[in-house]
Amino acid sequence: MTSPTTAELVALAQDLYEDLSFTSAREWKKADPTRKVIGYLPVYVPRELIHAAGMLPLGILGGGDNLEVIHGDAYYQSYICRIPRSTIELGVSGRLDFVDGMLFPSICDVIRNLSGMWKMLFPETYSKYFDVPQTYKDEIGGTFYINEMREFLSDLEKIAGRKITDEQINASIAVYNQNRRLVNELYELRAAMPWQAPASEAYLIIRAGLVLPVEEHSEMLRQYIDAAKAEKRPIKDNSKVVVTGMFCEQPPLNLIKSLELSGCYVVDDDFMLVSRWLIGDVPTTGDPVYHLSQAFLHHSMSTAAKYEPDQAEKGQFLVRAVRKTGAEGVIFASTSFCDPALLDRPMLQNVLKAADIPFIAFKYAENSGQMQPIREQAGTFVDSIKLWSAA
Amino acid sequence: MRPSVLKAQPADVLKDASMIKQKEMMANHYNRLTDAKENGHKVASTFVPGNLNELIMCFDLVNNLPEVNAIQSGLRKQSGAYIMEAERAGHSEDVCTYVKSDIGMMMKGNIGPNGKKLPDPDVLLLSYTGCFTFLKWFELLREQYKCPTIFLQTPYMADGKVTPNMVQYMVKQLKEDVIPTLEKVSGVKFDIDRLREYLAKSAKAEDDLVYILQSGKNKPSPIDAYFGGIYYIGPIFGAFRGTDDAIDYYRFLREEVDQRIAKGLGPVTPDGPMGDEKFRLVVEGPPNYTSFRQFWKMFYDEGAVVVASSYTKVGGTYDYGFRHDPDRPLETLAEYCLGVYTNRSLPMRIDMLCDYINEYEADGLLINSIKSCNSFSAGQLLIMREVEKRTGKPAAFIETDLVDPRYFSGANVKNRLESYFQMVEQKRSGRGAAA
Repeated sequence: MTSPTTAELVALAQDLYEDLSFTSAREWKKADPTRKVIGYLPVYVPRELIHAAGMLPLGILGGGDNLEVIHGDAYYQSYICRIPRSTIELGVSGRLDFVDGMLFPSICDVIRNLSGMWKMLFPETYSKYFDVPQTYKDEIGGTFYINEMREFLSDLEKIAGRKITDEQINASIAVYNQNRRLVNELYELRAAMPWQAPASEAYLIIRAGLVLPVEEHSEMLRQYIDAAKAEKRPIKDNSKVVVTGMFCEQPPLNLIKSLELSGCYVVDDDFMLVSRWLIGDVPTTGDPVYHLSQAFLHHSMSTAAKYEPDQAEKGQFLVRAVRKTGAEGVIFASTSFCDPALLDRPMLQNVLKAADIPFIAFKYAENSGQMQPIREQAGTFVDSIKLWSAA
Repeated sequence: MRPSVLKAQPADVLKDASMIKQKEMMANHYNRLTDAKENGHKVASTFVPGNLNELIMCFDLVNNLPEVNAIQSGLRKQSGAYIMEAERAGHSEDVCTYVKSDIGMMMKGNIGPNGKKLPDPDVLLLSYTGCFTFLKWFELLREQYKCPTIFLQTPYMADGKVTPNMVQYMVKQLKEDVIPTLEKVSGVKFDIDRLREYLAKSAKAEDDLVYILQSGKNKPSPIDAYFGGIYYIGPIFGAFRGTDDAIDYYRFLREEVDQRIAKGLGPVTPDGPMGDEKFRLVVEGPPNYTSFRQFWKMFYDEGAVVVASSYTKVGGTYDYGFRHDPDRPLETLAEYCLGVYTNRSLPMRIDMLCDYINEYEADGLLINSIKSCNSFSAGQLLIMREVEKRTGKPAAFIETDLVDPRYFSGANVKNRLESYFQMVEQKRSGRGAAA
């Protein structure tokens, strides 16, 4: 049997991306009457716990630019971002009618309030606001988080109708460790040879992991990485950039492609942080909930939705991302009306100024259609990088 | 001896004496704040929801509330220029205007409402309750002031209940982070008995506050629980909770309210005593401060009085039974923070608004949706529909902003309010005809 090409894998991932009825998840569930599906919103939930319950964690990242929002707009004022309205649209239009539970992680006031709206709109479906600590001492935030995870496990046990053992969770941690390693390998490949694994392709491949069972997704990642390394693709005279601010409402795929067309190699980003939130492997023996809490507290990504207790550390993740990938600049791309990203932006920009890293900023929505201004802005940015860095 | 600030007496004045007294208290506080460094006092900046004033006082710190500063700037028509100053410096037009007003004010010299410079804080007590923006706001201030920042996380009451895990988490933060850092910053040793004493005083004032807020159940209501309510909550949500001044103020206010009840009078408005009470409303959401008086006038000119509001619960939901408890000093601070209005789930907020409409015999619900406050605003359209459905009372929706004058369109708001009052009238006459 021949290995699939990057084009074949990307086409498969794009089908999953465009399928707003979540057919693959529906079919996964239909294959066995005991199976359950738990949806989750950005930024992070411990998917290992859901997996250990024998359930499919399903990432819900809004409706993108292909969903016509008819009902969702009636729930939100014009000055609120788009992801909650398209998520409601997915719900009230029946596209999530097979989902057995929904998780709303602690990210901002809008998603927090959406958790309550979900309870009102879908009272028969389990829904939970998934609170996480913003204080990172083991005996304080750690204890709180362990207890929150245990409460969540207890809820999952009720839905599953069975106990979830530590062994099962440890086995799931191992599966997700492997998946994270592969995601990181893809990021490293893209940073080193972005022409071999363009951001728009990597985006689709990683995003497939939000709807596929993790084992299948790891296989897809392995195949894509191997195929991307093997294929010969032309090197363009692009500039390497890091994109930040897209951690919740996702950009339209065309936006990522437009950045590439305007001369950017996107070598790092904060799309779908759940895929690489935990940094490094989580131990697979001992108390798994403790280990997940330790990973969250001490070995997890930085983003605007998290409190940074150390002023000296503020924004340094971005400087490190630039240095590590050899990027020449940063693009702040934030969703309109996104409090965390937009409030964080001036602080991050000050850090970049101090580090002498050029940047630009623009806003978008998941259904932005007009890419020309973004293309022009990004193109000018790349030109200026080339001009001034050479001088 | 405690200094007396009591100058106005209920019998001596034609207008609302408590408002004059409240203004004097606020002015005294601002003088204390702007003179703090001169007098050797240290300053703690913190927020209204989750304000731990009793604890702050245990360390002889002066409480500075950036939200209240932004409100003062809004009322004084200064916030618009401050906001634009912050936007010119790179802050997004999309985000909270309290934050931008505060930052713009800082950039313009941080001049307080008394015309004197506000002191730089010695500590930022980031009590994160019911509003994600708080977290970023104090990260922004920390960048400028470079002072210690204490984080106190309040878990969200998503499932409508306070769990032991939530309380334990908060008590641990208080014991292991908040109190030790406040001791270090202030140089004052923590004395739990001092905290108990302040908490007992808080509870006394809270009893009177609840009496005052619930006086809106009378017909006519002797208070306006939204516009007037802003004055009423000022001391207890700000720097006076736990003080004798607060006890005196709320006792004074209660007497004033009792006098109005006895005489069958409505609230006192900026234009004098209110005329006949034609509409009884419950209001959800914060007010607009840049056109506060114009906004209020749109109500009292039509004979509309707000009998209950959710905004007067952002600094504590005392009317739902909570009182600071000196016997459980740290737990009670945790429970206070957990219970504030914006830390309550959407279903809890809906229940509360429905209760208000029923218990205060209101004609309907008005939502003032604030452009830059997602904590309040996200979900309000669902709240409106649900409250209408459950109570059968008409609801209406207007949109303004806290302190950004660009988002207050007087003509639009007035039009909507007039249409709403007509709708209430029609609903009443329809009901009358049916009966």
